[in-house]
Amino acid sequence: MISLKRRDILRSGVAAAAFVSSIGRSWAQDRKSVRIGYAISKTGPNAGGAGITTLPNYLLWAKEVQDAGGLELPDGSRLPLEVVEYDDRSSAEEVVRAVERLANEDKVDFILAPWGTGFNLAAAPLFDRYGFPQLAVSAVTDKAPQFVQRWKKSFWMLGGGHDYAKALATIIAEASKAGTLNGKVAMVSVADGFGIDLVTAARPAFQAAALEIVYDKTYPIGTSDFTPMINEAKASGADSFVAFSYPPDTFALTQQSQIADFNPKLLYLGVGTSFPVYSKNNGANATGILSLGGVDPTSEANADYRTRHEAATGIAPDYWASVITYASLQMLQEAIRRKGLDREAVAAEIASGSFETVLGETKLEDNQLRKIWWVGQWQNGKFVGVAPGDHAGASPLILPRQAWQKA
Amino acid sequence: MLVTAILSGLVLGGTYALLAMGLTLQYGIARIMNLAYGELIIVAAFLAYTLFATLGLSPVWTLFIAIPAGFALGWGIYGVLMQPLVRRARTPAGLEIDSILATFGLLFVIQGLLLVSFGANFTSYSYLNVAVDVFGTKLAANRLIALALAVVLGGAIYFALTRTLWGTALRAVSVSPVSASLVGIDVDRAARTAFALGGALAAAGGVVISMYQTFTATSGVVFTMKALIIVIMGGVGNILGALSAGLVLGLAETLVATYVDPGLTLATTYGLFIAILLWRPTGLFGRAAR
Amino acid sequence: MTSRLLCQITGFLTIIIALTALPFFVGPYTITLMIGMLGYVALAIAWAMFSGPTRYVSLATVAFFGIGAYACAVFNESLPYPLLLLVAGLIGLAVALVVGLATLRLAGVYFVIFTFGLAELVRQLVTWFEVNITGTLGRYIFLPVTPEGIYWQLLALSAFAFAISWLIGRSRLGLALKVIGEDEVVAAHCGIAIARIKLALFALSAVIMTLVGAIQAPRWTYVEPSIAFNPTISFLTLIMALLGGANRLMGPIMGAVPLFLLFEWLSANFPNHYSIILGLVFITIVFVLPNGVLDFVEKGLTHRITAAAKPAEVQK
Repeated sequence: MISLKRRDILRSGVAAAAFVSSIGRSWAQDRKSVRIGYAISKTGPNAGGAGITTLPNYLLWAKEVQDAGGLELPDGSRLPLEVVEYDDRSSAEEVVRAVERLANEDKVDFILAPWGTGFNLAAAPLFDRYGFPQLAVSAVTDKAPQFVQRWKKSFWMLGGGHDYAKALATIIAEASKAGTLNGKVAMVSVADGFGIDLVTAARPAFQAAALEIVYDKTYPIGTSDFTPMINEAKASGADSFVAFSYPPDTFALTQQSQIADFNPKLLYLGVGTSFPVYSKNNGANATGILSLGGVDPTSEANADYRTRHEAATGIAPDYWASVITYASLQMLQEAIRRKGLDREAVAAEIASGSFETVLGETKLEDNQLRKIWWVGQWQNGKFVGVAPGDHAGASPLILPRQAWQKA
Repeated sequence: MLVTAILSGLVLGGTYALLAMGLTLQYGIARIMNLAYGELIIVAAFLAYTLFATLGLSPVWTLFIAIPAGFALGWGIYGVLMQPLVRRARTPAGLEIDSILATFGLLFVIQGLLLVSFGANFTSYSYLNVAVDVFGTKLAANRLIALALAVVLGGAIYFALTRTLWGTALRAVSVSPVSASLVGIDVDRAARTAFALGGALAAAGGVVISMYQTFTATSGVVFTMKALIIVIMGGVGNILGALSAGLVLGLAETLVATYVDPGLTLATTYGLFIAILLWRPTGLFGRAAR
Repeated sequence: MTSRLLCQITGFLTIIIALTALPFFVGPYTITLMIGMLGYVALAIAWAMFSGPTRYVSLATVAFFGIGAYACAVFNESLPYPLLLLVAGLIGLAVALVVGLATLRLAGVYFVIFTFGLAELVRQLVTWFEVNITGTLGRYIFLPVTPEGIYWQLLALSAFAFAISWLIGRSRLGLALKVIGEDEVVAAHCGIAIARIKLALFALSAVIMTLVGAIQAPRWTYVEPSIAFNPTISFLTLIMALLGGANRLMGPIMGAVPLFLLFEWLSANFPNHYSIILGLVFITIVFVLPNGVLDFVEKGLTHRITAAAKPAEVQK
């Protein structure tokens, strides 16, 4: 585990930078470092999510840039990173204040996005006012096109509820047409931003795909016992079960479905399914379970990224937003290499440029990343992308999933 | 369906009761409003997880380590942190505020230590997640353990409190510390014992729930609040009250989830809690006046 | 006496005027800092207004704060801004009256937990309503309010709350409250309408809390129940007021300002050990300053004065 203290000036590359800058001119002469700041939930209810998807990638990236001798600038010189880190304590007011502080007091060159849809929105007006590009990864929102209009330098990289719901509806509808499934769906959702966004998108999407929703309930965040819902879903006659859930719910649903001997042919669970710990805890039982996200199992860049992530931070990345977070940092890094520290130019480059990242060739459309995996499935101990099926590296979907194996 | 709902409600209630019984001892007898109670639960959960993940030790065995360790921890916390506050407190209200503030600080300290040592990630493992058939309803063995433990520990403590001299002394302290000391009861020691017992119960609860519930270094507050509600509903210091309030709450949540709307379970919890308080301002089994 | 009163009022007005002029001299970060601080100052004053004299420890702060924030989010597109605040305040008032009528007969820790339950109940009901009736969760607030605007509003609100506390302290009402706090039975025998006074104070303090939420919400752009009803707010308000001394006029301010700055400093300088240090600071406060900062300062002074005169009388 590496841990960065605030203003922990990572000077490992200072000597190298000094050498390089003596060849290239300008940049390194008027400044000694590039300041990167971010506010992230290290405590409070959001710390669990931020701690797996966002923070480790920020640390990994900072370490790698430093090991490489610093951030490369257009003239080929390198400047070491100076990282300023704040804890937003899972409070919107703290996010706002921390971003103000980063922009005005610490005078950082770039600010990395906070974790979560709500906090990215809370921070967006400030990023906009001070002219910082905002690479919002851990934010699922259908309103991204409007936000892009409002905040020109905001980038939304994880799609919206409709994208995920539509892809799932297509999968269920096709399997029902083929006779694998019976066209009936039972679904539950967590009464919080993510769950409601997805379920409100899923209802029309399922109906448009001529699927019958036979059970549709929402449960409060923090629910620990899902037995009543599982029993109802089991009795409903649906053989597709969809849960737009948060990690603790996802884990509990998995365990309690096994107890209740609930074996839907298609099982789709929410956030947490793509965590490495999910497969570790459930072993072969994870196989066939669907969720959001996924990776291309044949991609060497991705496999290499996963190895480096685990080596640097001590934990494995998740199979959904982690790799995209890292890719967003690579884009920022490359845009700085091309355009320097001018935020305006960097933002324009991120919007229009094409980048080679761990995701492969990456290019934004209307400030949004659209080429991502909407549905993934656990296959052979990996969570692989299955939809959209025409996406390079897509794995074939396996349905129906096997019944729970008794331990 | 009804039988299923009732049985799963009781099992859920067992977890709630197990989590609340320690707090009712700490608050009812030792008169310490322990806001860091949930953190003790989480510490025990991490202990069980670590032993399971590194040594493969069954959480059931961890109980035998955790319960004495929880007792010792409670004993220590009381001695170091609470005793000076109790000694200088002139009024019960003053002690209440002091203990809220001090244990609020303790909450942050424990949380911070957990964050530094385990990080903020969701922690979960699965143990004894096997179905047990009870009257045709499939229940999880790990949750049944929680229910059984709640009933056994609750019963044992109730028995000890009502049938032994030692227990009578503890109850005397809970009724009136001043009069108790007049009849020769070592109030300080009694309170310390009760607080330590509460710690032991919290540790037992933490170990058991870690088998089936996902937790993080910062989720202790959730447990404290659930426990507080049950303690208040059941009457402060009343162990059987906590047990039955926990079961009632579990039943209510499950019945509402089954027959009304799973979205209203928590609203039911708080609604029920508020209704009981308005109906009987000192809880289901509380004394008429404090 | 009157000249002293004049001095106090002049001092108060000078401070308010100086603070009003502040945005013209400082940078945006200071404004942000002041917004956060004034928010807590107003909350702590409002909290102490009810809880100080009655000794009812309330954790319902965030229930009203959240209602304000949510009212702002719900009506920000349909109502003009000043009316928005008025409506938010009225909603807070209505909820406070209903809750107050039902619950002020609870005492001690039952009231503490009840108010916490109330905050959670409101949050659950809002969530359920949004999910099932409106079908969205999370609302957007796009209001053209500048940080300076928010700052001035919070300043005005804090000043108003402070002035009200001061007036109550000087009035017959304040005297009645003191009697209630000492002994309710005695108060009832003196012919004090306990229930009505308690209810009025509870409602007043709730309206101020609601307004703090409504004024601050536009800064977040996006509001959802987990953001608006963050229980930490209740706890921090309580700690701040108690630290300063809830029974004193200056108490809430003396608690809120240093604690807020301490939190900010800790989270900036020790992001990884913030919790541990914060916890230790709390414990230290309880042990070293048992009756709040103001009490400590006053005792310290009298200690020094009396120590010179009568050494034997000091230890008490």
